[in-house]
Amino acid sequence: MMLIPCPWCGPRDESEFHYGGQAGVAYPADPAALSDAEWARYLFFRDNPKGPFRERWSHSAGCRRWFSLVRDTVTNEVLS
Amino acid sequence: MTQPYRLERGGLVDRDTPLSFRFDGREYQGFRGDTLASALLANGVLRVADSLRLGRPRGVFSAGIEEPNAIVQIEEPFPEPMLTATTVELYGGLVARSLRGHGRLAGDPDPARYDSTHAHCDVLVIGAGPAGLAAAATAASSGARVILLDDQPRPGGSLLGTGEHLDWVDTVAAELAAAPETRVLTRTTAFGYYDDNHVIAVQRRTGHLGALAPAHLSREGVWRIRARQVVLATGAHERSLAFADNDRPGVMLAGAARTYVNRYGVLPGRRAVVLTTNDSAYAAARDLAAAGVEIATIADLRPGVQNGEALPGWAVARVHGEERVSAVTLRSPDGAGREVDADLLLVSGGWNPVGALYSQAGGRLAYDPELGAFRPDGGCRQNLFVAGAAGGSYHLGVCLAEGAAMGGRAADAAGFTARGIVLPEAADPAGTPPAAVWTLPGGDPAVQFADLQRDVTVADLARATGTGMRSVEHVKRYTTAGTAHDQGRTGGTLTSGVVAELLGVEVGALGTTTFRPPYAPVSFAALAGRDRGMLFDPVRVTALHGRHESHGALFENVGQWKRPWYYPRDGEDMAGAVLRECRAAREGVAMMDASTLGKIDVQGPDAGDFLDRLYTNMISTLKPGAIRYGVMCRPDGMVFDDGTVIRLTDERFLVTTTTGNAAAVLDWMEEWLQTEWPELRVRCTSVTEHWATVALVGPRSRDVLAAVAPGLDVSRAGFGFMTWRDTEVAGLSARVCRISFSGELAYEINVSWWDALTLWEALLAAGAAHGITPYGTETMHVLRAEKGYPIIGQDTDGTVTPHDLGLGWAVSKKKADFIGKRSFTRTDTARPDRKQLVGLLPDDGGLLPEGAHLVTAAPQRVLGHVTSSYRSAALGRTFALALLRGGRDLIGQTVWATLDDGLVPVTVTGSVLYDPEGTRRDG
Amino acid sequence: MTADRNLRRSPLHGVRDRLATLSGAITVAEVPFLAQINLRITRRSEPRPGGSTSDGDVDVLWLGPDEFLVVGPPGSEQRLISAYSGPEASVVDVSAQRTALDLDGPGVRELLAFGCSIDLHPRVFAVGDCAQTVLAHTPVVLQRRMSGFRVLVRSSFAAHLAAWILDASPDLTAGH
Repeated sequence: MMLIPCPWCGPRDESEFHYGGQAGVAYPADPAALSDAEWARYLFFRDNPKGPFRERWSHSAGCRRWFSLVRDTVTNEVLS
Repeated sequence: MTQPYRLERGGLVDRDTPLSFRFDGREYQGFRGDTLASALLANGVLRVADSLRLGRPRGVFSAGIEEPNAIVQIEEPFPEPMLTATTVELYGGLVARSLRGHGRLAGDPDPARYDSTHAHCDVLVIGAGPAGLAAAATAASSGARVILLDDQPRPGGSLLGTGEHLDWVDTVAAELAAAPETRVLTRTTAFGYYDDNHVIAVQRRTGHLGALAPAHLSREGVWRIRARQVVLATGAHERSLAFADNDRPGVMLAGAARTYVNRYGVLPGRRAVVLTTNDSAYAAARDLAAAGVEIATIADLRPGVQNGEALPGWAVARVHGEERVSAVTLRSPDGAGREVDADLLLVSGGWNPVGALYSQAGGRLAYDPELGAFRPDGGCRQNLFVAGAAGGSYHLGVCLAEGAAMGGRAADAAGFTARGIVLPEAADPAGTPPAAVWTLPGGDPAVQFADLQRDVTVADLARATGTGMRSVEHVKRYTTAGTAHDQGRTGGTLTSGVVAELLGVEVGALGTTTFRPPYAPVSFAALAGRDRGMLFDPVRVTALHGRHESHGALFENVGQWKRPWYYPRDGEDMAGAVLRECRAAREGVAMMDASTLGKIDVQGPDAGDFLDRLYTNMISTLKPGAIRYGVMCRPDGMVFDDGTVIRLTDERFLVTTTTGNAAAVLDWMEEWLQTEWPELRVRCTSVTEHWATVALVGPRSRDVLAAVAPGLDVSRAGFGFMTWRDTEVAGLSARVCRISFSGELAYEINVSWWDALTLWEALLAAGAAHGITPYGTETMHVLRAEKGYPIIGQDTDGTVTPHDLGLGWAVSKKKADFIGKRSFTRTDTARPDRKQLVGLLPDDGGLLPEGAHLVTAAPQRVLGHVTSSYRSAALGRTFALALLRGGRDLIGQTVWATLDDGLVPVTVTGSVLYDPEGTRRDG
Repeated sequence: MTADRNLRRSPLHGVRDRLATLSGAITVAEVPFLAQINLRITRRSEPRPGGSTSDGDVDVLWLGPDEFLVVGPPGSEQRLISAYSGPEASVVDVSAQRTALDLDGPGVRELLAFGCSIDLHPRVFAVGDCAQTVLAHTPVVLQRRMSGFRVLVRSSFAAHLAAWILDASPDLTAGH
């Protein structure tokens, strides 16, 4: 059970959070202008690194705020 | 004397409390403070089990959790399989028997209570031996919150076995027990070490009391401990050596024999041969000799050792005796043999630091050639310290000093300042370094055991390396060495050593296997705790739950909710009840508790814009006072949820969600608002349980509403379809929505949760003359299915677009964008042969099973599956909804449903089977 | 047609008597029909994150950086709505969304620790502190009060939580 640092509520058990996947994948400004391949890349493709990974979490059982952190996917250490 | 191997005096057992127990059908006596193993040894019972694979007789080998042999089945007071006799505390009335490997689970449910608790501390110390006690006392002196846990019934660890400094142990234990922020947990085994210093331990609370255990107290409890700092003082386990017949009853770890003498006042034998690679066995021999065991000889595998009567460089060549050791053949370095009579062979192959938790914590165990063992390498990323034998320090004085130092450092790291504590004087004599020895020369490798519990021999390991295996992890899986429930505590390092010898590599280069939780077996009952039965998962109920029960409703689980399923009357089966409830809704008036629908208040100047982006259809054009049905998709264009949107004011909406998706939709809204559109001035608040909702349905519903809401114009013109009114209903503040999920004239009446019963009773009274009928979810499903209304999650599965459902009319073509829009023109979503929602009429009038596959006649090609299937009162027949490949082009044709006993022809129809013209909704 | 006001029910109406039998290590009582207002507003500094303030008969609990729960005595809904409405604020009546359970007694922390993973030691969670968290697999708002704790639980989960408390109470060691 990881302890995830909510920026508002402090460290809480991982089970209080929802995982939001890779951070920094913005909704395209104009989806209609994208080709099928470009749109599919937005929908279905995400990084899956071994090591530091910037990802989104939501403190769903607490303050319901979304935030990003960098986690080492090998050790589960929260790096920032 | 009934206990022939019990010493006259000595030990920590309570001789004033004799306990009777049975083992393998015979009655014995022991004392409080015994383990089952020590009590059996006191009675001269050494052979306690047969081995798993080979069925060889086995005896008590150790005095603790590392035991590989003495696996027993507890029969009474409650059956428990595969416990180690060395860890079962003796109690009166215990009935146990020996096991060959596999135990027997109880046939009856365990009547005992189990629970689980969360704990937090600044410093967690695992192990209450000399190092752990010193660490805990030092940390506690700082004012930090300290938890000290240990698997034994009392603190002391190895000192309980050596009998040293027990006064100091008692003093420290008393101080810790009295310290306000310190908790000492005995009979507690830490079995899992997870991320961020989360340590899981199981505490055995009442099992040692046997039948006297108070029934109201939990038998075992799981502790989930979050520690800022951890001190691992888990000690070390002695290991064996690989020599021929090293598994015979009477072969015992030297330190274990010492523990039986000092702690339990029990002689494990009368005449002993000692085989060792290190100095620790000499202390054991001294204590046994003092207690009256004749030490025949000490074979020390270190050729150069100078130690009194020891035979330097001598080894064991053979062990005689099958049921019990009778003699040992020793071999000198130059090959000379000598047979020595003995009933006990004490072995010390060295000591392994207990590194399992360190390994679980993400640390690495590195081989230390001077120690001849794997020990923590010091590089673990978690906030932990290692003290004493767990780190490879085997001298008592060093262990105490390390414990105090690490306890102080842990407190310091947690932000506290420790005072010093008084440690006992412990002289650490200079000795001879240990030798790392694995296999003794000579003898048959097929009876040289590396893993006693799995019956893995040197021959088995040689077979593994002979096939070309070079990794100890592969050898482990091939031979099963280290996979028994002792997790290779006495045999794991020996296995690595033997494999290294076979491969001709260094043990350090070969490495050891990875340790994973649980460190020790833990019962499922303990892990489940009180999360059993009705407490397994929260049960959510509406304000009317008790009323539904008194109506005789049967309930259906919808997510965590209990919803009335149907309300059978005397002698009625489900089909009969549902047909009656459906008829009432279509022909008279019926009512349903719809309170479980999710409700979200959405407000702010940009609320309309926001909802336009989330729903596939246009919301911002909705007028205050009006209601619109809406569909939400994921960006991939697949339907996520549906419901109604009520516009309260220009800047305020109330949206409903499906019962199961209420939390998910609110999270979805927050996600987009917070992460993509922070510029939108919108706020979303769940009001699901603030409101109770009753659906009033049927041609007579208007009459009933008029009776309870005299101030409301209920006329067709005065209260139009898809509009709402705030009014008084039954004297309560209420919001009435004219919406229909059945195609009939219908209203949804919302009042405060607190007033739900008032409303319900008022409707029952007002509708009595019309035969008002409560109905459940099954009738709701039939009514909506007759109209072709899909249920999200039943008729959809995350691969269905609004167009697939025939909801293309709810997809805006005007809006520039909304979530999912771009995906509707993807090649895959635009395919004409996607699975589409259609109706099915079984030709034989039978009821199709939901989930049945639908195929073409010949060749059989899968076209889709049945998603909903019912008997219809209104249609006078059975019908179904299905997702069917290219389904709308198949209307009027026959496809085949696959049933257990063959194919059944069904006719494909449109999805709206009842009142397709929509004539009934206005009454 | 007028309503029979005697049929007004708080979520724990049916278990009130059983909860009242608890004494010694813990006492548990539902505080029914409290007025509760969800307030969303940015730029409000009080209470601080994880805290609550009390002013007369009204508590304000921090729920999130722009979200607060205002709790007042039964019947004060309109007063609270008027007091907290404003141009930058959104106010929603959520009075019946949750009910309140006041827990007290020497075993109360032990009881909560059975089902709540956050640290409730007074060094960490002091009087006035509040948290949205999970208790017995149930979402709750937890507030430490001058004496004991207040648990605000969603109405649909309240019966489950009460059953869980009743089931746990024999294991409490404090106070014995």
